[in-house]
Amino acid sequence: MRSDRANNEQIGGPSGTELAKRQVLHRGNGAEPQSLDPHKSEGVPEAHLQRDLYQGLTNDSPDGGIEPGAASSWTVSDDGLVYVFHMRDNARWSNGDPVTAHDFVYGLRRSVDPATLSNYSIMLRPILNAEAIIAGEMPPEALGVRAIDDLTLEIRLNGPTPYFLGVLTHSASYPVHRPTVERYGDRWARPGRLVSNGAYRLRDWVMQSHIVLERNPYYWDNENTTIDEVWYYPIENQSTELQRYRAGALDMTYDLPFRQLSWIRSNLADELVISEYLGVYYYGLNVTRPPFKDNIPLRHALYLAIDREILTRQVTTAGEIPAYGYVPGAANYEQVVPEWAEWTQEERVAEARRLYEAAGYSRDNPLQLQILYNTHENHRTIAVAISSMWQETLGIETELVNEEWKVYLETRRSKQDTQVFRAGWIGDYNDAYNFLEILHSDSGLNDSGWDNENYDQLLEASSQENDLARRARIMRQAEGVLLEEMPVIPVYFYVTKRLVKPWVGNYRPHIQDSIYTKDLEILKH
Amino acid sequence: MLRYSLSRFLGAIPTLFILIAIAFFMIRAAPGGPFDAEKALPPEIEANLRAAYHLDEPLYQQFGRYVLNLARGDFGPSFQYKDYTVTELIAAGFPVSLKLGGSAMLLALLVGVSAGTVAALRQNSRTDHAVMAVSMTGISIPNFVMAPLLILFFAVYLGWLPAGGIGDGSLRYIILPVISLALPQVAYIARLTRGSMIEVLRSNFVRTARAQGLPERTVILRHALKPALLPVVSYLGPATAAVITGSVVIEQIFGVPGLGRYFVQGALNRDYTLVMGVVVFYGTLIILFNLFVDLVYAWLDPKVKYS
Repeated sequence: MRSDRANNEQIGGPSGTELAKRQVLHRGNGAEPQSLDPHKSEGVPEAHLQRDLYQGLTNDSPDGGIEPGAASSWTVSDDGLVYVFHMRDNARWSNGDPVTAHDFVYGLRRSVDPATLSNYSIMLRPILNAEAIIAGEMPPEALGVRAIDDLTLEIRLNGPTPYFLGVLTHSASYPVHRPTVERYGDRWARPGRLVSNGAYRLRDWVMQSHIVLERNPYYWDNENTTIDEVWYYPIENQSTELQRYRAGALDMTYDLPFRQLSWIRSNLADELVISEYLGVYYYGLNVTRPPFKDNIPLRHALYLAIDREILTRQVTTAGEIPAYGYVPGAANYEQVVPEWAEWTQEERVAEARRLYEAAGYSRDNPLQLQILYNTHENHRTIAVAISSMWQETLGIETELVNEEWKVYLETRRSKQDTQVFRAGWIGDYNDAYNFLEILHSDSGLNDSGWDNENYDQLLEASSQENDLARRARIMRQAEGVLLEEMPVIPVYFYVTKRLVKPWVGNYRPHIQDSIYTKDLEILKH
Repeated sequence: MLRYSLSRFLGAIPTLFILIAIAFFMIRAAPGGPFDAEKALPPEIEANLRAAYHLDEPLYQQFGRYVLNLARGDFGPSFQYKDYTVTELIAAGFPVSLKLGGSAMLLALLVGVSAGTVAALRQNSRTDHAVMAVSMTGISIPNFVMAPLLILFFAVYLGWLPAGGIGDGSLRYIILPVISLALPQVAYIARLTRGSMIEVLRSNFVRTARAQGLPERTVILRHALKPALLPVVSYLGPATAAVITGSVVIEQIFGVPGLGRYFVQGALNRDYTLVMGVVVFYGTLIILFNLFVDLVYAWLDPKVKYS
C-alpha cells in the first residue's frame, strides 16, 4: 500500500524508467477555477493550474522547502529587509518575449493595486508599503519593488519575514505579461490570449469540462520537462471522480470520497497515496459570550473529552493525525506537544470531568451547546462523533446546526449566535505564523473573538525576529498561550488523499500539495 | 393566429418582469454575499469590489440598472468566473444542454409514445403490465441513482462508453447522459399516452372509423393518435424547457458542461448576475415553449381555434 508515506518520498517508477510515447496527463481538479488570472484567484484548484502556467521567483521544492524559480539566485541583506533576485537570462514568456525584472515589478504592483480587485493581495503584506497601497492610501508605484536592471530585482520589506521566499511561490506574486493585460483588460486570461511564463501554456478552456495546457516551448527548462500536455477536469463530486478514475479517464484524482475509503483500501491499495498536508481541523469557541467567556476550565474540559485516536481511526479514517497542539508540522518549527498528548484517554476524561465540574456544570446541571458547521457529509459525521463523546463523558447536551457555506461564514463572523463552530485552515505558505496569525485580535479569521494582548505581542515580536531559531521559540511561546486559553480546540491535522495511476512517474507528495506537472512523467504501461 | 401569437408574446413581458423582480430580490435577501470567503477581505478591497459591481448602490437602483442592461441584452459580468460574462457562460452552456436535452426528449417521445400506444391497444395484457411496470420503475428510481449505476456498468465494468465528460462531443460521450435524462421522461410519456389512448379508443369517432371497415393501422395512426397526444403535448412544453436547460444532477454526475450546473453553483456562490441570467433565460424559454404548445394544440385539435 502506498499510504502513509512521508512527503518527498518518491513514488512510482524511478526517473529513468522507460517512458510512454504519449506524454499526456489527466488530472482531476475539484472545481472550475474562478479565473486563470493569478492575481484574481484564491482556491486550491486554481493553485494547481497556476503552478503549471506561471512561475514565481521561487518554487516549492519536493522536500517542503524553497528552490529557485524564475530567479536563479538571490541574496538577503543582514537585517532581512532587502532581497535581491537574479533573474535567468534564458527565461521566456510563452510568446517568446524575455521574462525580466520589469515583468515582476509590473506584476507585483498590479497585484496590490486596489483597481485590480485582487482578493488575495494581502499575501504581499510583508512588502514595503503593500498594506497602504491595498488600502488605497498610496499609489502602486510606492511598492518596495524595483528593477535594478533587466535581470536584477530588488524587494524591500517592512520587517524581517523569514517565510518571505515561501510567499513568492503564491500566485498573488506571479508576473503577468504586460502587453497582453493592457491589450485585453479584464478578459486576457483566455485561450488564444493568455501569455504565461511557466512550463505550460493555455491551449484550451471549455468551462465546466476541461482545461488543456501544453508545453511552453520557450520555457527556460523545457529540456527537462517530460509531459507534453496536461488536462485538468473540474469534478466536484468525489464519487464521480472516482468512477472516472476507475474507467481510466483520469491519471490522478483531486480527492477521494470519505465513505469509499475502505473499498479503495481493499481494491486499489497500490494506487492510494496518503500524505501529510499543511492544515488543521479545529472547533472554534465563541469566547465573547457565555458559556465560554472567561471560562477556561470549560474550554479545556471540551478539549480533553474528545478522543482523537478514535475519531481519526474510526471516523475520518484517511490517516489524519490527532491534533493536540494547534500548528501542524510547518517548516523550521518544532511542533508544540502539550502534556495532555502524553496522557491516556482515561486520564484525559478524568481531568475533563474535574474541569467540567469546576466550571459549574454536572450531570444534573448539564451544559447545553450548539455546534455549527457548514453543510457537508464529513463535517456532520465528525460533529456527531464529537457531540456523542461530549455527551458520554460529560453529559453535555448538544444540538447540531448546519448551514450552507455563505450563511455559515456570516453566522460565524457575527460572533452573535455561535457557541462552537467547525473550522479549518490550510496554510497559504509553509510557516507556523500563517496559522498563529488567525488568532491575532485583528485577524479577519478570528471568529472566536479571542483577544489576548500577550499573544498579539509575541506574534508581533516574532515577525521582527530575523533569527530562525529565536523566532520559532517566540512562536512556540505564543502557541503555548493559545493552548492555555484555548479559544479553539484542535481536532486533527489534514492529510492529502488521492489515487495515482502506477504509470505516473516521479510523483512526490508535498506538504502543501504543490505537485508541478513539469516534474512528473508518464511511464510506459 | 399571428395576432394571437403576438398578443401572447406581449402578454409574456409583464410575467417575465415579475419573475425578474422576484428572483432579483430573493437572491439578494439570501444571507452571505458574493465576496464572502473564509479569509475575510480587507475592508478596502471589499469596498472596491462592491463599487466595481455597483453593489454599493441602493437596491432599487441596482434593480433599475439590471433591467435596463437586460433590455439591451447585457446579462452583466459573472462574479464568480471573473474571466467571463454571463452571456458568454450561457452561450457556452446552452448548446450542450440543448443537444443532450433535445436528444433525450426525442428519444423519450419516440419510445414513450410507441410503448404507451402498444400498452393501450393491449390493455390489461402482459405487454401492458410489463410496459407500465417498467415505466413505474423509471419514474420511481431517481436519476442520481440510475446514472451512477449506468456508469458503473457500461463505463467501469464493461468499458464500452466513457464515464463522463463531453470529450469531442461525439455520440459515445452523450449516450449515457441522454439515456439517464430520457428514462424518467419515457416513463411519464408512456403513461400519459396509454391513458389518453385508452380514452380515445373508446370514443365515438374511433368506433365510426372501425365501423367503416378501415384497417386498424389507419384507425390508430390517422385518427386516434392525434387526439391521444394532446395531454402529451401539454406536458412536453414545460418538460422540454426543463430538460434542454440542463439537469443539475445529470450534469454533475457526468461532468457535462451544460447550463444546469450554473444555476446551483451561481446560487451557492451568490453569483447574483449568473443566477439572474439563468432564471431569465429559463423563464423566457418556458414562456416560448408554452406558446408553441398552444399553437400545436390548434393544429392537433380541430375544436381549438385562435383568432
